[in-house]
Amino acid sequence: MIRRAVRFVDQRSGGAPLVRKALRYVFPDHWSFLLGEVALYAFVVLVATGTYLAFFYQDGTAVVHYRGPYPPLRGEEVTEAYRSVLDISFSVKAGLLIRQTHHWAADVFIAAIFVHLLRVFFTGAYRKPRELTYWLGVTMLVVALLEGYLGYSLVDDLLSGMGLAIGYAVVLSIPFVGANLAELIWGGPFPGKHEFFARMYVLHVFLIPILIAVLLAAHLALVALRHHTQFRGERRQTERKIVGLPLYPAYTPRSLGLFSAVAGVLFLLGGLVQINPIWLWGPYHTYSSTNGAQPDWYLGWLIGALRLVPGWDFTVGHYTLVPNPFWGGAAFPLVVFAFLYFWPSLERRFSGDVRYHNLLERPRDAPGRTAIGMGVLTWTSFVFFAGASDRVDVLFGLSYTAQIWTYRVLVWVLPVVVGAVSYRVCVELQRGELVEHERKRAEAEARAARGAA
Amino acid sequence: MRARAKDVALSALLLVVGRRKRPRLRRGEHERIVPEQPPDAGGELLAIALLAASALCAIAFVAFYALDRLPNQTQLLGGALGLCFCFLAAALIVTAKRIVVSEQIEHEYPLEEHPHEQETVVQIVEESGDRLTRRRLFKLALFGAGGALGVALLTPAASLGPILDVDPFYGTPWRRGRRLVDGTGKPYRAADVEEGTFYTAFPEGADREELGASVVLVRLAEDELTLPPALARYPAEGIVAYSKICTHAGCAISLYRTPLFAPTEPGPALVCPCHYSTFNVADGGSVEFGPAGRKLPMLPLAIDGRGHLRAAGNFDEPVGPSWWGVRNRSAKP
Repeated sequence: MIRRAVRFVDQRSGGAPLVRKALRYVFPDHWSFLLGEVALYAFVVLVATGTYLAFFYQDGTAVVHYRGPYPPLRGEEVTEAYRSVLDISFSVKAGLLIRQTHHWAADVFIAAIFVHLLRVFFTGAYRKPRELTYWLGVTMLVVALLEGYLGYSLVDDLLSGMGLAIGYAVVLSIPFVGANLAELIWGGPFPGKHEFFARMYVLHVFLIPILIAVLLAAHLALVALRHHTQFRGERRQTERKIVGLPLYPAYTPRSLGLFSAVAGVLFLLGGLVQINPIWLWGPYHTYSSTNGAQPDWYLGWLIGALRLVPGWDFTVGHYTLVPNPFWGGAAFPLVVFAFLYFWPSLERRFSGDVRYHNLLERPRDAPGRTAIGMGVLTWTSFVFFAGASDRVDVLFGLSYTAQIWTYRVLVWVLPVVVGAVSYRVCVELQRGELVEHERKRAEAEARAARGAA
Repeated sequence: MRARAKDVALSALLLVVGRRKRPRLRRGEHERIVPEQPPDAGGELLAIALLAASALCAIAFVAFYALDRLPNQTQLLGGALGLCFCFLAAALIVTAKRIVVSEQIEHEYPLEEHPHEQETVVQIVEESGDRLTRRRLFKLALFGAGGALGVALLTPAASLGPILDVDPFYGTPWRRGRRLVDGTGKPYRAADVEEGTFYTAFPEGADREELGASVVLVRLAEDELTLPPALARYPAEGIVAYSKICTHAGCAISLYRTPLFAPTEPGPALVCPCHYSTFNVADGGSVEFGPAGRKLPMLPLAIDGRGHLRAAGNFDEPVGPSWWGVRNRSAKP
């Protein structure tokens, strides 16, 4: 049976040698190598649930009266887009489950990419010959952020609209071309023409998913061509020799098990833990907003940056050059991503290390990289935290203004402190290992001497 | 019939109890690739039980879907499907850990580079172009044509929206004499506007979704106002009107801070809930705190013979978030 199938395929594709190699492809074993796979499987869930949602979603912005089963909104003027998502939530069977699972999957997708990036950064996995793989991954993170933003903007509830208004302001603030660019994207001043929703829709369900899929394919192809990195666990693992489980049989059930676990957790979340109850927010109007609005977690760092920047536009006399949202909404993420893109080249330049690397480093093995990485991580995480300062005010009664002024200082001090401490810790850990090594050697010598005596 | 049932029962029994004998390596057969390991009957049973649990959950999902009027249907559906996948995950992990052979294998990493192939590629490319005599001009023509085609193909994108025309950004529906109405379309009377709270108003008969449409009305005691001379005539009987759209990021301003004890607390201000830009309402909308870089636009007011609030002109500043050169012109109807 198996023999016949294999013969049939090989006679027609000549693929047997390739399949044979693929079955014995080696996966080194470490839990942190699964983080990227979590992102991959969350993407699979996103495509599946998203396709289902697209069967029901309408991108119209024409105003209609809501007549569905949710009483508090009955008779309310809403857009077709918002109504269709209300219908998915209340009228389509299993619609709410799929919608909430889609939303959770998006949050998990980006979280997994982020943690995967941390693993790759702090273990030096991006070093030659894997810079291309790394750049493709960082690009996927950028695109995924945009995709998530478009996704929750399409719903056209109050929070969608507030998020779009802020996005509009950031585009508008881009030096010189901002106003024209915003007009191109929105078709005119905010809230824009009806076509704007069609544009977001085609981006969200067609162009960007395909782009992510292509980037993903290239990313995985490069991983496979160069093989995985590995830790120096046992003696046998060297820069030349990779040790691990073969794709088949050992790795296949492991990976499928991970997929099932990711899907299982996402569906449990989608069914049991409410996320983005859009019927509570209500429809968006340019003249409405709500207190305590927070975006999805992965845009929290931009909200924080927009809040922390002191209140000035860059002007010459009466002439505004760079409006304020540019700094927090555009310049800040540009700096962070520029750092991520340029880091492998910078490190190569400054360390002079142009060799090939298949073995990973532990964070302590490269104190400089760990210190700089921790500094940048602290910087962005702290800005992220500052985005929740109004919640801190509500929960703990700390004055908002006092917090912001403190954070404006801390955001520059903390990264330096954390970076310095990280460096110190790495060096100490290295020394500790050296001492331990010496002790073991001396003990062995002593034992040998005693044995001889 | 009875014989049939017996057959079914027998084969079911065989399915559950029957176990395959281990194939022995016969003489003359080639060596194993996947190493031999003893079977793990317990692991197999566990995996089978987990797969059965997974199947049960999948069936439960279908049942929950089919049954109408279930309370908490979303929770039941999500629970069933989620558990179905979780049991499947557990079964696969048991399979990986206890049933299939998990042997560590070794491989050489692929070659670092292929200098010979690299040379060949370069050679092919170079030899392919050596019939050219005007290499530079040819390249220039190639890039020229490609670039021109690219520009041509991008040109239709200009239809997406107006470009190089920032006029629409300055437009607002306000003009002299236009009445201020509330959310239901009822005109505001000056006497309706009380101190200590704020009201949202719209231009009568205009599109409310335009950024330049909505305004916030606030009444202050006349002696509280500290307006600059240019704005001194904007209020009407202590009522001031500001654009409701924050000049920072375009959110609607929906918080009004009034002092509970005026001598020690900061004065009345409008606050945007997105990034907490805080605008002083007494002095014409200057930025008191937060990231906004430009004052809140103020709308001049008048009161007509019947006590209704009317606009006495347009905003003193362009409305909404800023752009390069935003204050070159002023708001216009």
